[in-house]
Amino acid sequence: MTQESFSARRASQNQSQEAEEIQVNTNAQSAGVDDLLDEIDSVLESNAEEFVRGFVQKGGQ
Amino acid sequence: MDRRIFGLETEFGLTYVPSDGRRLTPEDAARHLFKPVVNWGRSSNVFLENGSRLYLDVGSHPEYATAECDQLSQLIAHDRAGEAFMLDLVDQAEDQLLDEGHEGRIYMFKNNVDSAGNSYGCHENYLIPRKIEFKRLADMLIPFLVTRQLLCGAGHLITEDEQTNFVFSQRADHMWEGVSSATTRSRPIINTRDEPHADAEYHRRLHVIVGDSSMSETTQLLKIGATDLVLRLIESGEIYHDLRLENPIRSIRQISHDFDGQTVVRLMGGDEPTALQIQWILFESVKEFVARHGAHHDQVDTVLELWERTLRAIETQDYSLIDKDIDWAIKHKLLMGYAQKNSLELSSPRLAQLNLTYHDIDPARGLFHLLKRRGLASSVVSDIEIRDAVNNPPATTRAAIRSKFIRAARANGRRYSADWVHMKYEDEPGGIVLCKDPFAINDPEVDKLIEMMSQRA
Repeated sequence: MTQESFSARRASQNQSQEAEEIQVNTNAQSAGVDDLLDEIDSVLESNAEEFVRGFVQKGGQ
Repeated sequence: MDRRIFGLETEFGLTYVPSDGRRLTPEDAARHLFKPVVNWGRSSNVFLENGSRLYLDVGSHPEYATAECDQLSQLIAHDRAGEAFMLDLVDQAEDQLLDEGHEGRIYMFKNNVDSAGNSYGCHENYLIPRKIEFKRLADMLIPFLVTRQLLCGAGHLITEDEQTNFVFSQRADHMWEGVSSATTRSRPIINTRDEPHADAEYHRRLHVIVGDSSMSETTQLLKIGATDLVLRLIESGEIYHDLRLENPIRSIRQISHDFDGQTVVRLMGGDEPTALQIQWILFESVKEFVARHGAHHDQVDTVLELWERTLRAIETQDYSLIDKDIDWAIKHKLLMGYAQKNSLELSSPRLAQLNLTYHDIDPARGLFHLLKRRGLASSVVSDIEIRDAVNNPPATTRAAIRSKFIRAARANGRRYSADWVHMKYEDEPGGIVLCKDPFAINDPEVDKLIEMMSQRA
């Protein structure tokens, strides 16, 4: 398991994310809390209850 | 001893969310996740070229154990490298599942509890001298570990008697004993598993399993840094206040559930300080110890400053002092802000989802990472340092020897096996070396094995 095993998908995602980040940073101060909360809504799965209930593991250590 | 070996073992939570309605069990998801690992190392339990161990643990939890580290930033970078490996496995597994006709997304959480109340851990390992009397060490360390959640709890929502509250720790409600050898049936604060992976005549392993997993690197720095300092104080043999608790397990829960830090903790001697007062006593003792003996690494001042600031924040209830640095405070601000904006009760499923998604390790989707991108959570190591830890072992410990051996064996297409102390070249008889010194960065015997592997056809 080395860098070579890392998929191309993650690399391209990171690049687009960096581009996004620059945009976000320039907007961050003016946009403030509302903008943050909107972004949170945009990344969350829509069905909160089902999402949380679906996360069941066997116990670990 | 100025240098200490540290290691962190993190169990991750795993869930598959289908977009086509076809569910997968966590076991199935874990099996898909580890296919590339099995292809790479013929096992779902492997040591990687950066010296770490990657495996499927009890309950199908993907687990990453960092290589031996001897510096805090190095340890943090190596712990974060574990997340990078897991993300890579998630990508590959999602692609493979799609090929098999399953459309959906795999979520991995660096947290300690699922929705049904099952718990899994983040285990800390500290190499300590064999000559320390373990009973004395445990007596002195447990009061620190029981109250340490004020410094480095991950924050959590729990519902009792139909009332949902924000608490300090995810793990506190899942601990049942002070010290024992159990891990799953009955979890102790300190596990007595004494596998030093080193010369047992001189070294012993301290295995702490009470901690919450840390998303925040600054929280991680305080968690490990403060524990190391308290251990140094204990190891010095100097006497400080007797803080032995009458009932550590009752106390750890009460402290977690009492968010203003004013819960009274009954000591064996009859005194009843608050959790916060116990932390202040420990902090002052450590600070005074450092003043007398000097700092043993260059981040001691940072650790002490963060420790003091965190106690001050709880004392004054001004959490803004630490709301970029300490997991529970970062999460508290996020959840309270969201609840207020959307007029939600803490019992709302949406808040439970935020509480969980804070720990999603996906940088594009996880809420901790979202806050970090916006400058609302601080960091200790750079992306370059994390990337370096993915590819390279800590240069200052035995991990460097293990890494060199694994790389050479693979480059030469040799059959080999490796664990924390053994390196074995399996194609020829007698090809096994035992490396008992975790501080060594060279081993002539391993070099001979490497030469043997590269010469014979």
